[in-house]
Amino acid sequence: MYKKKECVAMLLAGGQGSRLYALTTKIAKPAVTFGGKYRIIDFPLSNCVNSGIDTVGVLTQYQPLVLNEYIGNGQPWDLDRSFGGVHILSPYQAKNRSDWYKGTANAIYQNLYFIKTYDPDYVLVLSGDHIYKMDYSAMLDFHKENGAACTIAAIKVPMEETSRFGIINTAEGGRITEFEEKPKHARSDLASMGIYIFNADKLYSYLEADDADPKSTNDFGKDILPKMLAAGERLFAYTFEGYWKDVGTIESLYEANMDLLGENPTLDLSDSGWRIHSRNPIAPPQYVGKDAKIRNSIVSLGCEIEGTVENSVLSSGVVVGKGAVVKDSIIMSGAEIADGAVVTYSIVDEEARVGASARVGEERASGNGITVVGRGCKVDENAVVGGGQILDICEK
Amino acid sequence: MSNAIGIVFSNIHDSDLPELTQQRTLASIPFCGRYRLVDFTLSNMVNSDITKVGVITKSNYQSLMDHIGSGKDWDLARRYGGLRILPPFGVQENSSLYNTRLEALKNNVGFIEKSSEEYVVMTDCDLVCNMDYDEVIRFHIRRNADVTLVYSMADAAEMTPTNNTVLSLGDGGKVEEMAFAPRVHGKVPLFANVFVMKRDLLYNLVKDAISHNKHHFSSEVIAENIDALRIYGFEHRGYIAKITSLVSYYEKSMELLDRDRMNEIFFNNNVFTKVRDSAPTVYGDDASVSNSLIADGCVIEGKVKNSILFRGVNVAKGAVVDGCILMQDTVVCEKASLKCIITDKNVVITERRKLAGCDVNPFYLRKGSTV
Repeated sequence: MYKKKECVAMLLAGGQGSRLYALTTKIAKPAVTFGGKYRIIDFPLSNCVNSGIDTVGVLTQYQPLVLNEYIGNGQPWDLDRSFGGVHILSPYQAKNRSDWYKGTANAIYQNLYFIKTYDPDYVLVLSGDHIYKMDYSAMLDFHKENGAACTIAAIKVPMEETSRFGIINTAEGGRITEFEEKPKHARSDLASMGIYIFNADKLYSYLEADDADPKSTNDFGKDILPKMLAAGERLFAYTFEGYWKDVGTIESLYEANMDLLGENPTLDLSDSGWRIHSRNPIAPPQYVGKDAKIRNSIVSLGCEIEGTVENSVLSSGVVVGKGAVVKDSIIMSGAEIADGAVVTYSIVDEEARVGASARVGEERASGNGITVVGRGCKVDENAVVGGGQILDICEK
Repeated sequence: MSNAIGIVFSNIHDSDLPELTQQRTLASIPFCGRYRLVDFTLSNMVNSDITKVGVITKSNYQSLMDHIGSGKDWDLARRYGGLRILPPFGVQENSSLYNTRLEALKNNVGFIEKSSEEYVVMTDCDLVCNMDYDEVIRFHIRRNADVTLVYSMADAAEMTPTNNTVLSLGDGGKVEEMAFAPRVHGKVPLFANVFVMKRDLLYNLVKDAISHNKHHFSSEVIAENIDALRIYGFEHRGYIAKITSLVSYYEKSMELLDRDRMNEIFFNNNVFTKVRDSAPTVYGDDASVSNSLIADGCVIEGKVKNSILFRGVNVAKGAVVDGCILMQDTVVCEKASLKCIITDKNVVITERRKLAGCDVNPFYLRKGSTV
């Protein structure tokens, strides 16, 4: 029986995320915890499902264990399907070649067989390191209306920050005229979000040509898109309005978490019309002790709070002991802040332990930066970890 | 995999809690922030390696079906065994719904017959405890028993019309007498309505009872065979909360604010429930929370103490919630004040409203009401 899918999503999740330092020593960037109970990949996956796209290939390469386990059969996202659903695509050995994924385009190229199984009209390419809520079906409509070969999602950024992004110059109607990679003097404030929709046949032919070109770096942004533009293809920019954050650095990951706090948070996770699905931990409700003080914070399942928590984001199963203070910080699942410890302006990764009366981090005002306690690290009793220090993963 | 099947009675004690079972089974009564009573029973089954579980339903069971679904959240969506809902089975000569445990078993004799496991564990859904059925089965085998009844030492005052079987125990826990609603005082071995026996024996007892037109399982089938069968009592020594009335529902809920009890029930985070994908709970700038259990998806801007908040509860600025159980999606508007109140799901407490019950007689607001 002939079956097809209109649109297949390919999620690039193989990056190391080296600028997240200790947070990605053992796990791939898309598997990093965000917003208490989520992992970064929950956002693009949930966006797919909420946009009606039920076939997603997740391309993994770097430290895939946690990510693979987390995605599993895709049940939390309703992606356990008999036709379609979520598939982990890791590099594999083939008859004529066996390569790691060399670039974003090469990763997709090596999995063309997967895409072609579904005979899609369109292919959506996503990155696994952005936090945003976006309806891809609206972007697909835009793509169809314009009869485009490729549509790139773009967001307006402040003019002074354009030098950090891939900037898109467009003509009337959104047709792309030029790409500028991190320009010193940009002529537009439209930055590429790294989200592409291709007509499937165009994608196939450009990927095949790219693979045959030995000088190519096999990257969408550097090779495929400029070649398409040069060949006169119809490339359009779809302007996205809303919250979008690349969480590729410690600072941006921290800021994105902090965006969840406050009276009217810039990122709203409780929107029942656009639920972010995740694999839920199995834990009882959080317990807030008799002397606990919690304000302006987000706290997840299974936490036990006896101390003070302010302007912070706590993942599931976090323990904050008596007299302990957690301020302006992100504490990931299963971490323990023992009695009397003080954690300020820090990220404490999963299963780490800050010993009794230890001091971790310094106020933001000190200018020393965010302190990071890596996965499973133990900070001794009464120890002091200064502002901006990064304790890498500690093996058990 | 254990060599036993589980049978769970979801409706047996509905009449004990008329308020909370108006629109649901006793099994689907919300408990402890994010659970339903059946979660504790099903989790005990799974944690005891019993992976074929029949849940006998009678009436009002939409909420239960909605909650347990395929059994996936308990790892009970299985190719072999897994969860089986056993709804009423109408046959021509017996078209009315059953009223007793025995009648329920008669209706489901096929499930018992067609299984291949050696043992059966039968339980109700009014217990909140961490019980290892495997340990009970091992005790059963060690004693070479025909029937094992699980009991706990309980205050005689806790007896109710559906929960009143007191055991008299001899050597090694041999049950010498089963007394129904006796006049007793102090701590007594109160039967928890958990039975273990061989599947064949249960099948034969039920078949025999049908041919003798009996109605009550404990009194007419088990108690009357007390000399013919080797019946033993197994004491559950751990914490056990029996939900027998609205007041006990309130008391037992509040007991879970005690960390030791909570840690015993939730040892190793092994109580499973349906997942709702709520966002984590948000504490506002003026939030003040103490000694409370808070589920996911709440937004708290007011004062909450000594309370249990279910998923999606909203406590606005200036509101005070003390000694309350607020079920899913309850909204407490600004400056409202609640003391010893149980709200069912989707209740709205309007601005500045002041409501109070007392701890021995909490005030209950029914599902969907606005006050």
